[in-house]
Amino acid sequence: MTATSDREQMAYVTAQAADARVNVELDTGDMTLNIGPQHPATHGTLRIAARLDGEQVIAAEPIMGYMHRGYEKLCEVRTYPQCTTLINRIDWLGSFANEVPFILAAERLMEVEAPPRAQWIRTILFELSRIANLSLFLGDMGVQIGALTPVFFAFRDRERVLNQIEEVTGGRFHPNFDRIGGLKDDIPKGWVDETRSVMVKMRTFCDEMEDLLVGNEIFQARCRGVGVIPADMALGHGLSGANLRASGIDWDLRRDANPGLAWDQIDWRVWTHPDGDSFARYWVRLQETREATRMVDQLLDGIPSGPIMAKVPRIIKVPAGEAYISTENPLGEMGYYVVSKGDLGPFRVKIRTPSFNNISVVPWVMKGVYVPDVITILGSLYFILGDIDR
Amino acid sequence: MGDQPTPEETLPPDEERENLLTELSESLGEILIDSYLRPHEDLWLRVRVDNWHDAVRTAKDAGFAYFGFLSAIDWNIAPEGRYENTEFDAGLIEEDEEPVKLDASTGYAGGDTRFQLLMQLHSLDRQLGVILKADLGEDMTVDTIRDLFPGADWHERETHEMFGIVFQGHPTLQPLYLPTEFEGHPLRKDFPLLARQVKPWPGVVDIEEIPERLEAQLEAEVMAAFEAEGGQA
Amino acid sequence: MSLLALSYWQETAIKLGLALVVIPTTSLILVYLFLFKMMAFMQSRLGPNDTGPYGSLQLIAEAIKFLQKEDIHPAQADRRVFRMAPVVVLASTFLLYVVLPAGPDAVVQNLDTGVFYAMAVSSLSVLGILMAGWASANKYALLGGLRAAGQLIAYELPLILAVMGVVIQAETLNLQGIVEAQATGEIFGFGAIGNPFILTQFLAFLIFMISAQAELTQTPFDMPVAETELVGGFHVEYTGFRFLLFFMAEFGTAFAFSALAAVMFLGGWWIPGFDVDDNVLNILGPGVMLAKILLIAFFIFWVRFTYPRLREDQLQKFAWKVLIPLALGNIVLTGIFKVVF
Repeated sequence: MTATSDREQMAYVTAQAADARVNVELDTGDMTLNIGPQHPATHGTLRIAARLDGEQVIAAEPIMGYMHRGYEKLCEVRTYPQCTTLINRIDWLGSFANEVPFILAAERLMEVEAPPRAQWIRTILFELSRIANLSLFLGDMGVQIGALTPVFFAFRDRERVLNQIEEVTGGRFHPNFDRIGGLKDDIPKGWVDETRSVMVKMRTFCDEMEDLLVGNEIFQARCRGVGVIPADMALGHGLSGANLRASGIDWDLRRDANPGLAWDQIDWRVWTHPDGDSFARYWVRLQETREATRMVDQLLDGIPSGPIMAKVPRIIKVPAGEAYISTENPLGEMGYYVVSKGDLGPFRVKIRTPSFNNISVVPWVMKGVYVPDVITILGSLYFILGDIDR
Repeated sequence: MGDQPTPEETLPPDEERENLLTELSESLGEILIDSYLRPHEDLWLRVRVDNWHDAVRTAKDAGFAYFGFLSAIDWNIAPEGRYENTEFDAGLIEEDEEPVKLDASTGYAGGDTRFQLLMQLHSLDRQLGVILKADLGEDMTVDTIRDLFPGADWHERETHEMFGIVFQGHPTLQPLYLPTEFEGHPLRKDFPLLARQVKPWPGVVDIEEIPERLEAQLEAEVMAAFEAEGGQA
Repeated sequence: MSLLALSYWQETAIKLGLALVVIPTTSLILVYLFLFKMMAFMQSRLGPNDTGPYGSLQLIAEAIKFLQKEDIHPAQADRRVFRMAPVVVLASTFLLYVVLPAGPDAVVQNLDTGVFYAMAVSSLSVLGILMAGWASANKYALLGGLRAAGQLIAYELPLILAVMGVVIQAETLNLQGIVEAQATGEIFGFGAIGNPFILTQFLAFLIFMISAQAELTQTPFDMPVAETELVGGFHVEYTGFRFLLFFMAEFGTAFAFSALAAVMFLGGWWIPGFDVDDNVLNILGPGVMLAKILLIAFFIFWVRFTYPRLREDQLQKFAWKVLIPLALGNIVLTGIFKVVF
């Protein structure tokens, strides 16, 4: 970014500051601070240009694009299986969950339905990615606040889940396992029992995090009342996932708009919290992680037998049409709007990523907070750069 | 489960969505040009671009207050060697009798112009979604809906930098992803994808073949492992 | 010292030399034990185990690494102030070691105003941190330096007020005198274990430990060095040898504060039932002191690795609205008890 663009950016930030002026008696000068792009707290290369008055933020504007890879353009010149390799890398912590909405959209256009066994195993892998993704968040929030120890426990326990995903798919972070019509392979022998024991350990991990962080007075003092997002703001910005549910809105795509996976066949609940502050977001994600472990236990009990792949031609040509499928990914609502013109690859793919909408609320929520709170709010909104920048 | 015939025949008619369609047709009136309903999916509506703001407000008043996304589609065909009968494309159609005829219609709910605005909204109470489309005229301008949905701020900025659509009333249409001195609008179909110009698309398989001298050796190794496991994979 | 007849200057020279050797060694011990190994075990990993037996030579390797780095300073930094800042901070640490007693005679200078001197000299480090923050010409360093100024000054007061309670009970500011008072004192007539002030001044002990944690800028009071916000705070622009000076000063001061706590609350180099002659105590005393210092430092670092950090305004509220009234109340209580009993 050149100096010209910085000046324009600062002009925009100052314009925002005009309606966020803090009442100060002393006429001290403002300071412009760049938080990022290299910064330990921004989950990647996000840059926040903040105008500070002492320690208080007058206006904060995220500047993105440091990791923009142009996925939508790249997908237009690739076949559907080739697109899946790209799409794995959007949200690199919730590995398997990225592929699912895209594959489901293609299946909807082809009018192919994957066999029940494939749908169940897809759901299990989806929930395992959710556990892997959210357990990192549970430890990482501690690091943002200053507690350096819980994140080590998070990484250690997350490895177990990644091992399970690797045993099935062959990849910890980028499985590339979903295929149009089903899955690439079946699950190996003994995997079901191993996963059950891993789920027990993950529940212990959640209890540890609850002891270490949720009950800690300093953590509560840092997080309660910080970054409150009211419900109408959340809807207007299109926040999704735990951010929406922590503002008291009871909306979960797994229950309310199930695109065909096995969630309606097990017993589970949606967790909400009325407060809408950073603590609520942490608490909701903690409960969701526990709930996901229970869901995996139920799913493991009822995997139907049968084929793992439907009858699809070797070279896949998706008929003309449009489809929009979105699922409740670990980060929020991820959706793919696929336009097909009847040939080997999509004509246009619009990727609706959750973190893009989640971060669009940052300029509004950061007016008047302190610098440490900026880090707390960013940590609690929980975004991944690959998700924002695609 | 094999292929299914057209959805209208086999799936039960979707009453909720049909009611929604009638309700929205009434409230939109003249603004609505066309619509498309497929059961158990979001409802497609195409509206007049001059009344885009009113159409979105009507949808929001009807309960669709959750902002999904806002983007655009460029219906031109890309000039890179995929849609022309290049020698590379010839290798793909070995299973068909005749080459794939690309149909030039422009998607669900019709469309007349090259660029179409695309927007998706959810209604949490009804648990339904609606997809709004609008044909953009030559001037490529449309009103901003930032006052209705604050999240549209960034989506409009991105659509502007990727397609060149101007949103009237938006305070700053600065680029979001691209550096300021970037020229051109990348997601337009006439913006070349440099990788494909340097090396044309080689077809379905994009990897190197295993050299023949290694192939026999690998085959032998796989067979040996197979025998060692007692014939079990 | 009655064994050798040395002039005052020779004696002082030997003691100063010993002190100069002791300071890096103590930092070394603390850093290895607590920062490398204890932190690692708490986080379910091993820590350095390659360099030397159980990784004990890691800090020496790191010191050599720091020493051979290029001496960079930012182009817009104020050179003189930038170079002086770590020296000021380390100087305050050195000055603190002058009064720490390790035995009846094993102290560099047994000042009559020992406690007063120690408190005064430890507040010099604020100057050094402010100099570092300002002279770095970096907004993050400036934020860190300003936070440090507010925090360190705020927590000086509870520190001193807590120590007042001890001084009232011991009736002397002399550190050796405080050890004597604990050795020979009695708790309501029960004199078998003397009068370790940790029992009778428990509130003062707690306040002292919390304020010491803040003075050392350790979590939960590490706003000036908040790693995930300011990426290093006031010492973000320092590399190589100058950073080593800051590092040594941090752990040297931690050792010194633990030593002060051991002297004032745990009885210093004296343990109950140990009625031996002075020369033996001069040799055993340092060992006893080391054990007590390690115990207190263990608590300081244990809290550091467990808790998240407080925000600046919460930190200030805690100091001014909670700790200072408690410390004042402690002084009043001590005074009453001293007069009545």
